[in-house]
Amino acid sequence: MSLSRRLSKWEPRKPVDASERQLTSAMIASLSAEGMPTVSAPFGHKLVELAKEREDIVGLSADLAKYTDLHVFAQAYPDRFYQMGMAEQVFVSAAAGLAKEGFTPFATTYAVFASRRAYDFIAMAIAEDNLNVKICCALPGLTTGYGPSHQATEDLAIFRGLPNMTIVDPCDALDTEQAVEAIAEHKGPVYMRLLRGKVPSVLHEIEDYRFELGKAKLLRDGNDVLFITSGFMTMRALEAADELAKDGIKAGILHTPTIKPLDVDTILEHCRKPGRLVITAENHSIMGGLGEAVASTLLRNSVTPAFRQIALPDEFLDAGALPVLHDQYGISTEAMIRQTKAWLG
Amino acid sequence: MTNTSTSDANISLAERAWNIRHKSLRMGAVQKQGYVGQALGVSDVLAVSYFHAMTFRPEDPEWEGRDRFLLSIGHYAIALYAALLEAGILPEYELETYGTDNSRLPMSGMASYTPGMEITGGSLGHGLGIGVGMALGLKRKQSESFVYNLMSDGELGEGSTWEAAMSAAHHKLDNLICLVDFNDQQADGKSTEMLSSEPVDAKFEAFGWYAQRVDGNDIDGLVAAFDNARNYEGAKPRAIICDTKMCKGVPFLEEREITHFVRVDEEEWDLALKVLEEGKPS
Repeated sequence: MSLSRRLSKWEPRKPVDASERQLTSAMIASLSAEGMPTVSAPFGHKLVELAKEREDIVGLSADLAKYTDLHVFAQAYPDRFYQMGMAEQVFVSAAAGLAKEGFTPFATTYAVFASRRAYDFIAMAIAEDNLNVKICCALPGLTTGYGPSHQATEDLAIFRGLPNMTIVDPCDALDTEQAVEAIAEHKGPVYMRLLRGKVPSVLHEIEDYRFELGKAKLLRDGNDVLFITSGFMTMRALEAADELAKDGIKAGILHTPTIKPLDVDTILEHCRKPGRLVITAENHSIMGGLGEAVASTLLRNSVTPAFRQIALPDEFLDAGALPVLHDQYGISTEAMIRQTKAWLG
Repeated sequence: MTNTSTSDANISLAERAWNIRHKSLRMGAVQKQGYVGQALGVSDVLAVSYFHAMTFRPEDPEWEGRDRFLLSIGHYAIALYAALLEAGILPEYELETYGTDNSRLPMSGMASYTPGMEITGGSLGHGLGIGVGMALGLKRKQSESFVYNLMSDGELGEGSTWEAAMSAAHHKLDNLICLVDFNDQQADGKSTEMLSSEPVDAKFEAFGWYAQRVDGNDIDGLVAAFDNARNYEGAKPRAIICDTKMCKGVPFLEEREITHFVRVDEEEWDLALKVLEEGKPS
């Protein structure tokens, strides 16, 4: 099934039979497949744990604490939580002010609002002064079927251009918990993409895996394809690699949860391995995200493997059911397998 | 606006204001350009801020117990540098580095360049929101310090200013004082003709602030307004709207067609200084 914004809005549609109906994945979409282990609100709970030791940690939200798992922190530390209301400019500026007074603010809203609406304030009040503010945002990329108003498909592109900004795109619950700890330790501004609610947990199955800020991690090796991935696309790559293996295609996965600064050395090391198709996969527009960051890194260093990008198109995306949208736009596991096989020929 | 005379008790503030004007003009003369119109207009407000109202240690600009002064209007940096030089926070000899390469005194104020410059201004409408966060932070630390945010009337057009104004009242930030330099001039013309913010004091009151409106070139009036703002007992943020006259103190510039970037011809810098010196308070 495929949706299209190109259908005329003047053309009436007939309801489909209830048995075939796909429900729109609005704000509560889960990314986990049937039977996959999940962790509830890993960001919020980890922040509460850190805040026990770190009195400098404060939380702010712009009327979206409940929807970014910051309500867990707000309940645990009501006097360290600032509800700033639906006012993203002062929300971000106040976080800057609190950082100037020595606190470590974790500021949460949706990715669209931080990146599009508060950008100038993040740039000048936070990044230029290199302040210790952690901007943690839910609904990154295509994680809601609500439509473009809530789909932050270009947030990485926006923040990659901002000096001093560290950008993190964690894969799952484990990654999120360890990333929260790492960014709390890091001195300087951070933009972190947030997975909230019941968050899948997959990386605990990888032996010795640990999130390290600024580091890409090889989760498995394979001679035919190297997936370079971030965010939940790493989870998809793990599933895709298992399926591809059944057809004799050996895929490696280099998980790159820190988008900036990019782990250039590790990426180059693994891309120098000859005869392997390099495929970047990201929950982001094909413009300006992980794929282009990797591509330019490779070219600048004269490392030129066969290279393809799995990413969202440079379009405003449809509203609809998330599984349908993920498949349509090429970031479902099945779509990833289809594209990989087609490119391998 | 009428000429105002200053009471004996505040004569030294008049001298401080004159020194700030003089230093601003000297900096302008270094580059043969600069926002001296605004600087001359706001000098009395800066003199009362730094030499009457605020607590600070010149030798330790980041002393925890200081009152914070945020310059939201980055292009007024020339005026704040003059105040920081006058306050001894910056050494006098650096005046002549104004706007030169590698200077700590760039033409637009930035936190990362200059001791005493608390924030990066310039993209207007930022200061008050940062002030909200600093005031919240000071309260968390149970500090007695005030946050002063100096902004322009043009910045009243930015929606972020009113987000911050609403937020400051909501959080009962009685340690936040917003100074509005109302010179009725912005880039394209008179502020009241671009996007009128009048009645400004009533707007701040409606947003939950304790607001006063004063002649921003009357030192006695400013002293009283700052005292009222600091001593007001309500749990509200405080605004002082200061009506100022651009180019104040240099009559031939005052009479010139006032624009955002007041024209001062190359040979007029010396004349402007000479005219200002003739009006030095005795």
